[in-house]
Amino acid sequence: MEVPLPLIWLVKIVVIFGGLVSTAALMSLAERKVSAWMQYRIGPNRVGPFGLLQPLADGVKFIFKEELIPAGANKFMFRLAPALSAAPAMLTMAVIPIGGTVVLGEYSIPLSIADVDIGVLFLLAFSGLSIYGVILGGWASNSKYSLLGGLRASAQMISYELTLILTILAVVALEGTLNLRTISENQQHVGEWNIWTQPLAFVLFTITMFAETNRHPFDFAECEPELVGGFHTEYSAMRFALYFLGEYCAMTVLSCLNATLFLGGPSVPFWPEAPWFVGIAAFCLKAGFFLFLFLWVRWSLPRMRFDQLMRLGWKVFLPLALANLLITGGFIAFGAH
Amino acid sequence: MLESYAPILIYAAVVIGFAVANLVISDLLGRKRRTIDKDRPYESGMTPEGSARVRLSIHFYLVAVLFILFDVESIFLVPWAVSARALSEAGVGPIVFAEISLFVGVLAIGLAYVWRKGGLEWDR
Repeated sequence: MEVPLPLIWLVKIVVIFGGLVSTAALMSLAERKVSAWMQYRIGPNRVGPFGLLQPLADGVKFIFKEELIPAGANKFMFRLAPALSAAPAMLTMAVIPIGGTVVLGEYSIPLSIADVDIGVLFLLAFSGLSIYGVILGGWASNSKYSLLGGLRASAQMISYELTLILTILAVVALEGTLNLRTISENQQHVGEWNIWTQPLAFVLFTITMFAETNRHPFDFAECEPELVGGFHTEYSAMRFALYFLGEYCAMTVLSCLNATLFLGGPSVPFWPEAPWFVGIAAFCLKAGFFLFLFLWVRWSLPRMRFDQLMRLGWKVFLPLALANLLITGGFIAFGAH
Repeated sequence: MLESYAPILIYAAVVIGFAVANLVISDLLGRKRRTIDKDRPYESGMTPEGSARVRLSIHFYLVAVLFILFDVESIFLVPWAVSARALSEAGVGPIVFAEISLFVGVLAIGLAYVWRKGGLEWDR
């Protein structure tokens, strides 16, 4: 029986999108559970076993909450902004290969929504778009805290985006392609993982992930003692939830990207011919490690100051990333690959 | 070639549908009982003073301009990064490297200039 190609696409889209949203929902629970664990508390444990249904209960509550729109707000932008922030973060998942290629009978199905040659560019372009949701939401609220939060968030995100791009480019230069599937397939063996050839880029990228998603210790957009809630101070109900969903999705995508670029994606150490489902499990473990790192760091490090953040981004990370890229280029040019 | 982008289009439709559905659902189902106090922007309990449409610090503008500069630079670096290996294997590695070093060098001088002028000092 012939299976039409769009059906395969649709199944992949449903599975990957469902996985992404569930990961984001579970992260909202993990955030509280891990916080509780690190502070000798119990955390949410009333809804379902171990509180596993808590995100669902939260979702229902968010839907039925009253939506407040402050007087003097730009209503259209205010309503639209959360979607502008969440949708690009979710879209970037389209090019991430979550596993190798599945061979089912006569079909060989690559495990990513789309296998495009400009994967890295696509990802960078769309992750850059989510800044609009943040700054428009902050501006449209007609609240001083929101405005400052939005401005800070956008200044921070664009500053660290440079480091993000330059570190990714170092890997791209080594691999000679923008296709994320090819990049992850080139790292079958543990010795070929890019973390060994690009340790500096790996460290820079991992720290930049925190700044790009406005996470601790760089969460100036919403640092509670200063700006109440930052750019989403005025948001309530489902729009508020969308901002959080977008943030968790961005964290998930960046964790997946980190695993793909530096840790070999779905490759299993010392077992290069592992079946595809083991590959997916390995990929989830690697991405899960970075997701856990987000929470771990949150309860381990104090928040920085905003000027320290900007100094770190422009005066340390940007020159380091540039130098790293040039040294990589030198190695390639003079034949040391 | 182009059909490899078709799944992205479908996925985009799903994502945008999901986001918009979320907005609409909470508009429809949430209760609405507006009062003057509820409509005020939140300022920790103080009565809001003046408008929030204030003029912005030049710092934010400067950072944005610098970002554009270096972002354009990184876009120019993309084609080099993709083809660096192939060029090196074709035997023109050193000259390509010299060119890209010159390019990055010019921008590094630009960064050094901004740095020296204090454009990177946030708390000036």
